[in-house]
Amino acid sequence: MSAAVHEPEPQEPRVNYLNATYGIRSWLLTRDHKRIALLYLASITFFFFLGGFFALLIRLELLTPQGDLVQAETYNKLFTMHGVVMIFFFLIPSIPAVLGNFLIPMMIGAKDLAFPRLNLLSWYIYIVGAFFTLWAVVHGGVDTGWTFYTPYSTATSNSQVITTAVGIFITGFSSILTGLNFIVTIHTMRAPGMTWFRLPLFVWSHYATSLIFVLGTPVIAVTVLMVFVERVLHLGLFDPALGGDPILFQHLFWFYSHPAVYIMILPAMGVISEVVTTFSRKNIFGYRIMAYAVISIAVLGFLVWGHHMFVSGQSVYAGMIFSILSFFVAIPSAVKVFNWTATMYKGSISYRTPMLYAFGFIGLFTIGGLTGLFLATLGVNVHVHDTYFIIAHFHYIMVGGAIMGYLGGIHYWWPKISGKLYPEAWARFAALVVFIGFNLTFFPQFILGYLGMPRRYHAYPPEFQVLNVMSTAGASILGAGYIIPMIYLVWSMRYGRNAPANPWGSTGLEWKTTSPPPTDNFAEPPVMTEDPYLYSREEVEIVG
Amino acid sequence: MGPTLPLFPEQASTMAGRVDALYFYLLAVSGFFAALIALLVIVFAIKYRRRSETELPRGVEGSLKLEVAWSVIPLAIALSFFFWGAKLFFAMNRPPNDALEVYVVGKQWMWKVQHADGQREINELHVPVGRAVRLTMTSEDVIHDFFVPAFRMKKDVLPGRYTTAWFEASKPGRYHLFCAQYCGTKHSAMIGWVHAMEPADYQAWLSGGVASESLAAAGAKLFQRHACNTCHRPDSLARGPNLEGLFGKMVQLSDGRTLIADESYIRESILTPNAKIVMGFQPIMPTFQGLVSEEELLQLVAYVKSLSKPSPAPGPAPATGVSSMPPVHRAAPPPKEKGK
Amino acid sequence: MADAATTGAPGAAASRRLQHQFESPAQQKDAASLGMWIFLVTEILFFGGLFLAYTIYRWENARSFAHASLHMDIALGTINTVVLICSSLTMAMAVHSAATGKKRLLIGFLIATMLLGGAFLGIKAVEYTDHIRHHLFPGPGFHYTVPADARAAEMFFSLYFAMTGLHALHMVVGLGLLTTLLVMARRGRFSPEYHTPVEISGLYWHFVDIVWIFLFPLLYLIGRHLK
Repeated sequence: MSAAVHEPEPQEPRVNYLNATYGIRSWLLTRDHKRIALLYLASITFFFFLGGFFALLIRLELLTPQGDLVQAETYNKLFTMHGVVMIFFFLIPSIPAVLGNFLIPMMIGAKDLAFPRLNLLSWYIYIVGAFFTLWAVVHGGVDTGWTFYTPYSTATSNSQVITTAVGIFITGFSSILTGLNFIVTIHTMRAPGMTWFRLPLFVWSHYATSLIFVLGTPVIAVTVLMVFVERVLHLGLFDPALGGDPILFQHLFWFYSHPAVYIMILPAMGVISEVVTTFSRKNIFGYRIMAYAVISIAVLGFLVWGHHMFVSGQSVYAGMIFSILSFFVAIPSAVKVFNWTATMYKGSISYRTPMLYAFGFIGLFTIGGLTGLFLATLGVNVHVHDTYFIIAHFHYIMVGGAIMGYLGGIHYWWPKISGKLYPEAWARFAALVVFIGFNLTFFPQFILGYLGMPRRYHAYPPEFQVLNVMSTAGASILGAGYIIPMIYLVWSMRYGRNAPANPWGSTGLEWKTTSPPPTDNFAEPPVMTEDPYLYSREEVEIVG
Repeated sequence: MGPTLPLFPEQASTMAGRVDALYFYLLAVSGFFAALIALLVIVFAIKYRRRSETELPRGVEGSLKLEVAWSVIPLAIALSFFFWGAKLFFAMNRPPNDALEVYVVGKQWMWKVQHADGQREINELHVPVGRAVRLTMTSEDVIHDFFVPAFRMKKDVLPGRYTTAWFEASKPGRYHLFCAQYCGTKHSAMIGWVHAMEPADYQAWLSGGVASESLAAAGAKLFQRHACNTCHRPDSLARGPNLEGLFGKMVQLSDGRTLIADESYIRESILTPNAKIVMGFQPIMPTFQGLVSEEELLQLVAYVKSLSKPSPAPGPAPATGVSSMPPVHRAAPPPKEKGK
Repeated sequence: MADAATTGAPGAAASRRLQHQFESPAQQKDAASLGMWIFLVTEILFFGGLFLAYTIYRWENARSFAHASLHMDIALGTINTVVLICSSLTMAMAVHSAATGKKRLLIGFLIATMLLGGAFLGIKAVEYTDHIRHHLFPGPGFHYTVPADARAAEMFFSLYFAMTGLHALHMVVGLGLLTTLLVMARRGRFSPEYHTPVEISGLYWHFVDIVWIFLFPLLYLIGRHLK
């Protein structure tokens, strides 16, 4: 018989992590990884809509070729803050800090992460960093672009560079501590029988992501520190007028910021592996390959940063090395797409909302990844660098990929997190709206980019207008698609049907406990005796 | 007239067609694989849709053969992209030897263009069709980028050093010039036009402008004014390396390194002379940091370059008429200044 | 699981310390240790950015850097190096004392380490003041005797202050850690069964020492061949 789908209607929740203790202090001083996950959920949702608001203004401005909605300086601040907020305060924490925090201990059969207080500290550090950035937003904003290239950011810009730099520096430690926590937890706290190759792929993805967290983030931290020092103390590190080298900044910046994009996509890939197996009711095709793939993406991802600098004045030979390595890093990602597709082969495919997001992910990530090959190709990169082609590429990956993965994961684990079911019809509708809106927004930007429309342009030549109008129309649809889940998810917390322990009939330890789980996750510590995703057996045995 | 909807840029340089060919290859292969995945996902989602809540498909572990196949084949295809792209990139970074020299100084928020014969332009660049043009570029403030979509040409323009790029226009016309590296408030206004002209029209344009001194001649004057010739001279009184014939040659440094004397080397030697000392010379050259502007540096560079040219007159392609600027004489050691 | 409320016996001290998410003291110790090692790896990457900048600028301005380095006080730098190495010795002795249950020795060695660390910072303060008085702090007040080298020398001093400043900050944090350990030691919190905080703080302190071992030759010794 398949795992529990025909349970009787679940009762009102017994004591669980949500109602075990009451009061604001029990939340703000919690050590429970599940509550900390919800603290993050609230914070990043706020920043998602703030970043989205900036995007709305950008797209409104770009309806007309002239810069007539906002002044040039304001526009420059809008796209900068859109990037800073979305990357540092939404995308990078999103899946790891919300779903990773919530699920990793449960997936490995532990009561919590290795360092619960450090986990809470991570959130507070994030909040302090966010506060600095918000302060910068309110006091005039920053206009350097999220990439902070020198010497503009250190010498010329007269915006809130220092405050934003401090904010990013501080928030970086939130990432570092989360990554450290995950690595130690996965190494030392797996339940008996939970060997490395019995871990769910979601855990593998977060392990790989955590490697990047701990190795990459310190480099952006010291880089931002050097920018701060140069701007405040006029120590010439990157400014040629002071004897420095602006290309050094670019190397240091991209050494983190390229792996950062893998921080954003690897967790989403982990979500997709969980969703595709559950809603195909089949084990993953090529489990070990999938695990090795995320590790190799993390490692190779550290070797390709120079592909952001092909026209920077970097040597031709350096360009060639970074180009060929960039092709290598594409292969494990491609393999993952093939494996997910093969998992569906002869499966039992359900069209529940998480699976719809997974379909969208596979399609959009494929397009985004393929256009990455265009960018790795030196001869083409020269033409499309710093144009809307790049913008389209990374939005396909980060929005079409990572955010679809995030929303799919939120929907998939919503019953576990909240103990409630969301309205399926509305959820499917929203997924469709997001997919359509997304493509309408960003596909025209590939065309605009090859035509030559540069990025970060407040005003543009009139022949680019029609494509820009299409893109803005798509953006309004996409925005609507994001607002709808906000509404029904919040609605479901109060009015949704109670969720059973395992509404999807999924394998995995997190489904073996109640929805929502008790504070210590399991009534009794579980022991793992099976490989993951074993749907084809008569019964999945969990001895607990 | 309704809004236009261009979907593909013009090809106006010899490189453009080559870039587009590679782009179409990428499009074809990517389109194929994207369509394949989409098709498979759709087909599987429909064919294997769940028909009953209790159905349990048989599991499949995986297949090493398939994994190898769909790793190796994409890798091979990816490498084809790499080699073609690298070949193109190499060509983009190797200007032909007889290219027309043009100097570009970017500053917030305008492009200052200087032709070798002294013609100056702001936010515009006139070039002849059918002749390679090599741009030597620098910035006076922050990083900019010289981008001409119709030529498929783009290069960052940096403060503190020179970057170079080249193109050969193949079709007369007027083409967008954009700054493609965010540089502050009026970044999107730092735009202009590149005018590619038939050679005859280009000649007419060249001689039609206000007669001005060639860059090399201006540089020669600076060379004298700053007394560079007191040390850089071909006779035994020289305290610095002889600059005649230097440009483009191999130089041996005192710390063992060797390099080719290019524009960047000349510029660096003027601003931070102690960074690279030529073998056999002492580190006694003073720095001219703050004493010469970026444009004057370009003039000095042009002058030093002229000391290596076989014929003294850089300019438009030969056999198209009288050149409009005076030839530059080899600098004979000037008389010693009184009191020195 | 052992009752957390018992007092006195060392075994109880260990179990009193067992945090609820861990299954055993051994697991807790493993986790703490691995956590500190990973943190130190992040510190290597953190300092790494500055070391990279140093490498590149020195490669481009070898002579000027060497000359600038002659302005460092090699006597003070050497003393500081010896001071830090000794402090690593006393720290190792402190860890050993904790592991063998010798509370008084532990406290003594912790204090010795703190004194040596304080001495290091004091000598550094003397050096900094000296440099500033000689107009060697980068910025508008910078003045260098050889104008042709001034740019590169200012870069050298930018890196010197940035790197040693960051290092000194880490020393201060280390002193804070040692103070906490001192307080805990005096309250009898450590035993042969449980002294993980001392061990992992030891790791941190040794790391800060090793960073200095790299900084010293790169900043103080590269000009000696010119003398």
